[in-house]
Amino acid sequence: MYEIRLHSRGGQGGVTAAKLMALASFRDGKYATAAPFYGAERRGAPIVSFIRIDDKPIKIYSQIHNPDLVVVLDPSILDLVNVFEGLKPDGKVLINAPGVPKQAEKYDVQHVDLTGIALKLNLVVAGSPILNTPVIGALAKMGLFSRESAAAAIQETFSDERNLDAALMAYEELV
Amino acid sequence: MLTLSTGNNAVAAAVRQANPAVVAAYPITPQTEIVEQIANYVTNGSLKSKYIPVESEHSAMAACIGASITGVRTFTATSSHGLLYMHEMVNWAAGARLPIVMANVNRALGPGWNVWAEHTDALQARDTGWLQVYVSTVQEAYDATLMAFRIAEDRRVYLPVMVNLDGFTLSHISQQLDESPVSDFIPPMILDHAISTDAPMGYGCMTSSADYFRIRYDIERSMRDSVQVIRETEDAFASKFGRKYSWTEDYRCDDAQVLILSMGTLGKEAEVAVDILRSEGIKAGSMRVRWIRPFPEPDLRDRELVVIDRNYSFGFGGILASSIRAKTGKECYNVIAGLGGQEVTFNDIAGFVRERRIGEESWFGVDA
Repeated sequence: MYEIRLHSRGGQGGVTAAKLMALASFRDGKYATAAPFYGAERRGAPIVSFIRIDDKPIKIYSQIHNPDLVVVLDPSILDLVNVFEGLKPDGKVLINAPGVPKQAEKYDVQHVDLTGIALKLNLVVAGSPILNTPVIGALAKMGLFSRESAAAAIQETFSDERNLDAALMAYEELV
Repeated sequence: MLTLSTGNNAVAAAVRQANPAVVAAYPITPQTEIVEQIANYVTNGSLKSKYIPVESEHSAMAACIGASITGVRTFTATSSHGLLYMHEMVNWAAGARLPIVMANVNRALGPGWNVWAEHTDALQARDTGWLQVYVSTVQEAYDATLMAFRIAEDRRVYLPVMVNLDGFTLSHISQQLDESPVSDFIPPMILDHAISTDAPMGYGCMTSSADYFRIRYDIERSMRDSVQVIRETEDAFASKFGRKYSWTEDYRCDDAQVLILSMGTLGKEAEVAVDILRSEGIKAGSMRVRWIRPFPEPDLRDRELVVIDRNYSFGFGGILASSIRAKTGKECYNVIAGLGGQEVTFNDIAGFVRERRIGEESWFGVDA
């Protein structure tokens, strides 16, 4: 089983990103569960979602304490939350940032400027750049699921083609 | 084709398949997504139900009762305080022998104010004459809702059915859902005692003690007959869709020396605990109790029992443990865990088994 913990802020699309990750995994023929952790949510507050991917049905409903992968949609959370807590020794990190933030330097980290991609494509809703579709492209590049399944998940969920464009751009730009 | 669905949307999708004539509901966290999705279906024309947005849960059940007595299929959904608020009408629905189907998204009862999973809400309605089933996956939420209509509307039953799913832990998580069309699985509803100008009858009349007593006896007789109807329905479902459900979901129970009994999503987590315990040489098994009314007669033989209750009856004990003790005369180690959405992991459950003290009760994380 591969376990992912996704950190974002309320309103950034973390819950939708988790669902897209599960859907892309289905399209790869895997089982997956996307579980947003609901606290007293409000826009802008740090939130966390849990995604599990496996070859057999998933029976675990509790939170993920030792993730294989940590995804950070908003690097400003690094100052508030220890997003690396419990990360497996060989665990990976994906951060939405133009460079590697210093808090993340000692981890096996990859980064991509998802916010920049969204702004470049004018993929903005109510003033917020959309991060949940470009991040799927970056995760496909990391091998979480195939590029085709990532594209299928996005196209099944959104009609605006810029979502797929953003994902493909993130796929290319991942460092 | 497999789609991605939350537990709530799976219930709504099943309701669309069942095509009730009337849905009357009032939104409440964490059930809201069910009634929102049904309202979307009605708005976009994919569900032809009359949707009645009532002003309270009491009215929601009253509207379902009024519709159901005319002989049409009805559905509502609620949770926690909503279920408590409709309690009078919940009793009425069963007493009037109306096959209403209701989804209840299990949630804690305030105060303190808490929107997360707990089973005490529905278990407080266990003496109302409703059948109650508890599910553990998104697919099971869909399947159990479909079966609920067929079971409730069988003339051997004519009692309402409540489908329970854990708040947030199941209602808001996404898993795969096989939403195959099932319209012919549920026959058209025929209610023998429906209001008809051709055969006028009295409804809700003042009733003598002797007649009232007989009516109560009839409810219990149908409750017992429902055992066979549930069995037939689950068998028919398995042969049509390939997914088999039963009174309990048993995992590695055959040679088990210690059984973990639980309800809802904890029952799935318990299966992971069983694998861990087995790797340590402890012959454990998991028995997830699905139906609480009618209550199963589980094969517990000479096994040690660890019963996890995500509920409590103050002044008495965990309700599942108490029920098993009453039904079988067997003592157990009763762990109270998960109230108000308390996090309970498979490691915690394995710990309950390792530390079991038969005959005792323990409140997880609180007891010294």
